[in-house]
Amino acid sequence: MRYLPHTTQDISIMLHELGFEGIEDLFAGIPHSLMLQRDLHLPGPMSEPELNRHLENLEKANPAASCISFLGAGAYSHAVPAAVDAIVSRSEFSTAYTPYQPEVSQGTLQSIFEFQTVTAGLLGMDVANASMYDGASAAAEAVLMAKRVRRNITRIVLSAGLLPEVGRTIETYVSALDLEIIEAPLSGEGILDLGALSAALDKDTALVVQTPNFLGCIEDMRSLAGLAGEKNAFFISFTAEPYSLAVLEPPGSFGVDVATAEGQAFGNPVSFGGPYLGLFATSKKYVRRMPGRLVGLTRDGAGKQGFVLTLATREQHIRRARATSNICSNEGLCALASLVHLCCLGPEGLARAARISRANAEYLKAGIAEIPGFSIPYKASTFNEFVVETPVPANDLVQESTRHGILPGVPLNRLKNGNENRLLICTSELHTRQDLDNLIRVLKQRGA
Amino acid sequence: MAKVPGTKGLNLDESLIFERSRKGRTGFSLPVEDQDLREISTSHVPAPLERKDGLDFLPSVSEVDVVRHFTRLSSWNYGVDSGMYPLGSCTMKYNPKISEAAARRPGFANLHPLAPESLSQGALQLMYELQQFLAEIGGFAAVTLQPAAGAHGELTGIKMVRAFHLDVHGRPRKKVIIPDTAHGTNPASSALNGYEVVEISSGDDGVLHAEQVREAMDEEVAALMLTNPNTLGLFEEHIAEIAGIVHEKGGLLYCDGANMNALLGKARPGDMGVDVLQFNLHKTFSTPHGGGGPGSGPVGVGKVLEPYLPVPVVTHKGDRYHLDNDRPKSVGKMRSFFGNFGVMVRAYTYLLEMGPAGLTRAAELAVLNANYVKSRLEKYYHLPYKKICMHECVLSDKMQKANGVKTIDIAKRLIDLGFHPPTIYFPLVVDGAMMIEPTETESLESLESFVSAMKQIAKEAKTDPGIVKSAPHNTRLSRLDETLAARNPVLTWSKHD
Ligand SMILES: Cc1ncc(COP(=O)(O)O)c(C=O)c1O
Repeated sequence: MRYLPHTTQDISIMLHELGFEGIEDLFAGIPHSLMLQRDLHLPGPMSEPELNRHLENLEKANPAASCISFLGAGAYSHAVPAAVDAIVSRSEFSTAYTPYQPEVSQGTLQSIFEFQTVTAGLLGMDVANASMYDGASAAAEAVLMAKRVRRNITRIVLSAGLLPEVGRTIETYVSALDLEIIEAPLSGEGILDLGALSAALDKDTALVVQTPNFLGCIEDMRSLAGLAGEKNAFFISFTAEPYSLAVLEPPGSFGVDVATAEGQAFGNPVSFGGPYLGLFATSKKYVRRMPGRLVGLTRDGAGKQGFVLTLATREQHIRRARATSNICSNEGLCALASLVHLCCLGPEGLARAARISRANAEYLKAGIAEIPGFSIPYKASTFNEFVVETPVPANDLVQESTRHGILPGVPLNRLKNGNENRLLICTSELHTRQDLDNLIRVLKQRGA
Repeated sequence: MAKVPGTKGLNLDESLIFERSRKGRTGFSLPVEDQDLREISTSHVPAPLERKDGLDFLPSVSEVDVVRHFTRLSSWNYGVDSGMYPLGSCTMKYNPKISEAAARRPGFANLHPLAPESLSQGALQLMYELQQFLAEIGGFAAVTLQPAAGAHGELTGIKMVRAFHLDVHGRPRKKVIIPDTAHGTNPASSALNGYEVVEISSGDDGVLHAEQVREAMDEEVAALMLTNPNTLGLFEEHIAEIAGIVHEKGGLLYCDGANMNALLGKARPGDMGVDVLQFNLHKTFSTPHGGGGPGSGPVGVGKVLEPYLPVPVVTHKGDRYHLDNDRPKSVGKMRSFFGNFGVMVRAYTYLLEMGPAGLTRAAELAVLNANYVKSRLEKYYHLPYKKICMHECVLSDKMQKANGVKTIDIAKRLIDLGFHPPTIYFPLVVDGAMMIEPTETESLESLESFVSAMKQIAKEAKTDPGIVKSAPHNTRLSRLDETLAARNPVLTWSKHD
């Protein structure tokens, strides 16, 4: 067994040192009645070639992975430079753990400090943490933080434009707290209905808004900020597609209390739903109320600049039951991938990728709107994702398109029960003009 | 004495990436924009919502800059691939390279979580089988793969406990009992579920006794949460009796499975009366820790808790795998999609390569290694619990303190000698604890080298305590000032600093 270096001789030397006859003696502390009296019923062992063949077979049973994909809805594919994987594959990064010993972890620590800087910049906030499990749990932790910061909060208002999974995660996280949860409806335009929202907000509420929302529509953040401010509600934003931050004013400029996002699209593959990373940023005044790890600047004995984990008195290993969160392991390596990705893109690359993603969506929207039987139900502006009203159930369209090697979008009723004739389509800079035209052509075959 | 690897290495300085930035430099390769598309696009942005800062917080650097920067940073890190990393409770075993290659296979990495199930059968099969493997290893009826880490698994598990009480007893109950040896995430996860935490102490022999539990147990207790083997590296030998006491009052037994590496193929928590346990795939099943994550914290449950598992659960009917969302008693969702799939692929690959006999052997050798280190060091360091340990052993600085040398100093001196320090000052029940978990992937030579380093430090503590107290000496930076960092936190870079 290649990961177990012990020779028979090593084992006898070691047992001799311990004064034992056999390895079983070391398990004498486990009552006999609790010992497993049989072998585990598991397959294997497999050699590397056998294992590779087996994995290849599993891979082949995932033909969706090689389709031209227009799927988004919380998981986004973008062009990732090969340099990203080259860096995150360095085992000095990948096989280290949480940087508890700063003198042998400066690589991890400095990169987290850079990640915090970039994340805070993207979201337009003062400070960001070292990552949360994913976007949905980051949003849920923001709600928990709201309740810590303002004990008077009794009601959570969730935008109906939140990805249903994110709303569901928030509900699950807060289930033990005595909080009322209500949903603020969307208007026919596809964005929050300001009148209805206004009636739901007051100083005892926390509001969670996603923009662009899960229908792809860009919320009128300026009006929402005005409303939240006027009613003195605790304001939390969630961004599912972080490339949108390259073209849209960041949440910080609308005075949100906490900005959260799913960071996967920056440098991490869609990988059947994980690992991803949650971005969590807030203003300076709330630093000591934040969940998650934080890295701060400091000096060593000789005055040289270095980095350490800081403000740990918020955390579970010190504060235990009164910690700001129970999080321990986070998504460190995914955060590193995001950082390297963003450094490669730089301001120009990120903006260009975002503009192309958006332009591709507009091109498709215009093309599809012309197909008889298809229409664009929501009039609000979108970024790279939009809903199409389809003449047949969206699921049927998906089944048919996959025969042409295309995944045309996510049927909306896969996300939320409702109209089955709606398809959510997403584009990126990975799509060529030919991909877009092919999708239009395939949909045309189903036009009325 | 065996040789220790520590020396002064070549260390390159490196500024922050932002300081490398030069306007006009780029590190991307993207398609040129189609002019007519660009026009369609910009004409649709509502002007007041358009970003205007030019994203100037991002550096403008070439790919060469990026790669050099992060390669230099990486050289300041110590990982499992650098050497022995005996960080107790974290199971820093070697991470197989085949698992890395497996997770990067395009058929997994490029698979979208909302792709049709019929075109994602391979991924669903992998998840289904991993659920089965973990259920078999832990002795459980069912497993959810959704939690992203151990603490997330705890939160999920206690949430299921809460749902069970609400459903069966009409109320969630009020308290969770936790022994004083527990990891901080245990009380934090209970409190997040609205429970009051009742701490009980373990006996002088380092394990929990039935009387303690009987005294604390009543019908307001939702669960007892224990770790087995516990954080002292000791098997909780009274667990079956304790389970009986908890169950008698209608409570449930939660087991923190962070230390499952000691039990693989030897004993199963489900057979000991445990109702719910989180696995830490990044520990026991050898997936890399990534400088802090990602992990994966699947939760195994007995029959009574199965209805409350988060959605979806992967099921198998006929020759089809399916995501089952139709579970009316489910606690809901703990995150988006199905969990850290890339981590699952790695753990699954590891499990198949090891096979049942290999896994059992891993547990045996992990326990052998820990006992060997304990035995070789107990003359030099205080050993608070003198009995056979499981996968880790806990020593303390009691003998060195007389010379003013503390655990933190010993840890820093180990760095000079080429090792990652053990977990220190945890568990809290041992003053100046050093928790050493060698894992099964360390050879006898590597253990001997570590023992030599520890012996050298014990000697230095007597003859030259100054060199230990001022360690590390071989690193690029000397000891860092944590108080300074916390007093006036600087958490982001700005041009003016
Ligand atoms: C005993 C124990 N329980 C729980 C945890 C939490 O696991 P994670 O960091 O994966 O959330 C740890 C991790 O350090 C641990 O050692």
